Amino acid sequence: MEYVLIVISAIFVNNIVLSQFLGICPFLGVSKKISTGIGMTGAVTFVMVIATIVTFFLQKAVLEPFGVGYLQTISFILVIASLVQLVEIILKKVSPPLYQALGVFLPLITTNCAILGVAIMTIQKDFNIVESVVFAAANAIGFGLALITFAGIREQLDLMDIPKGMKGTPIALVVAGLLALAFMGFAGIV
Amino acid sequence: MNQWSNFSKGFFKENAVFTLLLGMCPTLGVTSSAIDGLGMGLATTFVLVMSNLVVAVIKDFIPDKVRIPSFIVVIATFVTIVEMTMQAYVPALFDSLGLFIPLIVVNCLVLGRAEAFASKNKLGASVIDGLGMGLGFAMALTILGSVRELLGSGKLFGTIIYPENYGMLVFVLAPGAFIALGYLIAFINQVKKEA
Amino acid sequence: MAKTESTLKNMVLTLLVITGIAGTSLGFMYELTKGPIAAAKAAKQQAAIKEVVPGFDNNPGDEMYELTSKEGFALKVFPAKKGDELMGVAIESMTNKGFGGNIKIMVGLKPDGTLINYQVLEHKETPGLGTKMDDWFKADKGQQNILGKHPKTNNLTITKDGGEVDAITAATISSRAFLDAVRVAYETYSENQSSPKADNNTSVEEGGTE
Repeated sequence: MEYVLIVISAIFVNNIVLSQFLGICPFLGVSKKISTGIGMTGAVTFVMVIATIVTFFLQKAVLEPFGVGYLQTISFILVIASLVQLVEIILKKVSPPLYQALGVFLPLITTNCAILGVAIMTIQKDFNIVESVVFAAANAIGFGLALITFAGIREQLDLMDIPKGMKGTPIALVVAGLLALAFMGFAGIV
Repeated sequence: MNQWSNFSKGFFKENAVFTLLLGMCPTLGVTSSAIDGLGMGLATTFVLVMSNLVVAVIKDFIPDKVRIPSFIVVIATFVTIVEMTMQAYVPALFDSLGLFIPLIVVNCLVLGRAEAFASKNKLGASVIDGLGMGLGFAMALTILGSVRELLGSGKLFGTIIYPENYGMLVFVLAPGAFIALGYLIAFINQVKKEA
Repeated sequence: MAKTESTLKNMVLTLLVITGIAGTSLGFMYELTKGPIAAAKAAKQQAAIKEVVPGFDNNPGDEMYELTSKEGFALKVFPAKKGDELMGVAIESMTNKGFGGNIKIMVGLKPDGTLINYQVLEHKETPGLGTKMDDWFKADKGQQNILGKHPKTNNLTITKDGGEVDAITAATISSRAFLDAVRVAYETYSENQSSPKADNNTSVEEGGTE
């Protein structure tokens, strides 16, 4: 039951993009096509879950015992940055097709604040390891849901007749706002 | 490029938020009031200036392949310094900005300037660039924060302008952030075209 | 000046030096700000206590003790004394029934359980709706005010639930949750009153009530 709550809360109620404002850059940047949206979601899910597990143990096994909690930001971002590189190298060797699909998105992920944000939130919420993994995965799904829905709408938008000044980013932002409004309807269900 | 245009480009021509669309997460996340936007903008400016300064100094000693990790360490150091200082001296602002302070690390604007400008330019120019871009970012956040605060709760920097009951609540909430920014950018695009 | 070459030795060395400097300077900053951070936290707590039980002259932080509520929350209790007389207690109470998660409040109770004042410490309620609880239950309008009431003699639930408190307009769940946090504070405090913690004041009877 606990896990169900975490999942529903992360995907719908506190959607990472539409209500927490994390990962906005890729949300606006790679949402022009549904296919790229799916690729990005895959890469984010992959890295987010692994990064959360690694930073979780880093926090519990190194930072807390040695009383150097103030090094959290710096060590987490370093771990995430090297992890992304590592994942890239391993994928290239082990699974070329997967690398083909996700490769181009991986370098973009280091500066995706959703990854660092989720890693820090996991610590703040005092989750145990299983809850952390569930939380990370659910957030990644939430990210994907928002991104792919948004990409779908944007594909349609291309065909619309939009006032000149609103073309491009402005109309995309307004659409994102309406999407966020729709997601607010989920508030209060947990 | 002279120093003045190097400084002023961050405000309009290459404004991080309105033109380059960098640093969108804090832009949307902490602008429910003007004061939060200003605080976030100034914190980011500090990190930007300091990291540009350090990167400009050490750029020659850093082997190319470890350039990015080194820059990230420098940035993360200053972010943590800001984090601790704010927690100590402005705890109320620290509480309301919350998670977004450590997230300055992954603000694409900061790493972007270190990589695109400071690693190629002299010390003085890099500092001015950081200051200009940072203050431009702070300006954008303050404008967005003011608009949202005014429309949403009838206040400006906490001063009541009109009764809160007439405010449009949605502008303080998440959807309002997207919509307000969308219209602001549209407005600026329009102004630019005519200028 | 020529750029340092990207040999393995150079790379490892550079990264080590940079992280070393970063770590050292952060450690230094940490020592420097540790005091002010603790002071700022203590000042915030002190200010909250002062707001909810005015007029004490001891340091409630020093005499703080913890109680566990029925729900399993650990509540901090700060006894506020003037001389030897117990003026009241400030209780850091919480509930998990909020619209957006946990709500933490500081409640000031007289030794007999009468509500003196409250302050909202932490919450994630909807801005502009649930956030109104900061002042709503202090205002003398309709049946909003809960200050000076006693949770045992007054039914401190919202009118919709048969109580006598007006809920915040359009924020019934937040109001319910807030009053629940007040209830948690009162119940936990009064249940633990049988221990003679407050025997030098007027309300010894309180301990016996179930």
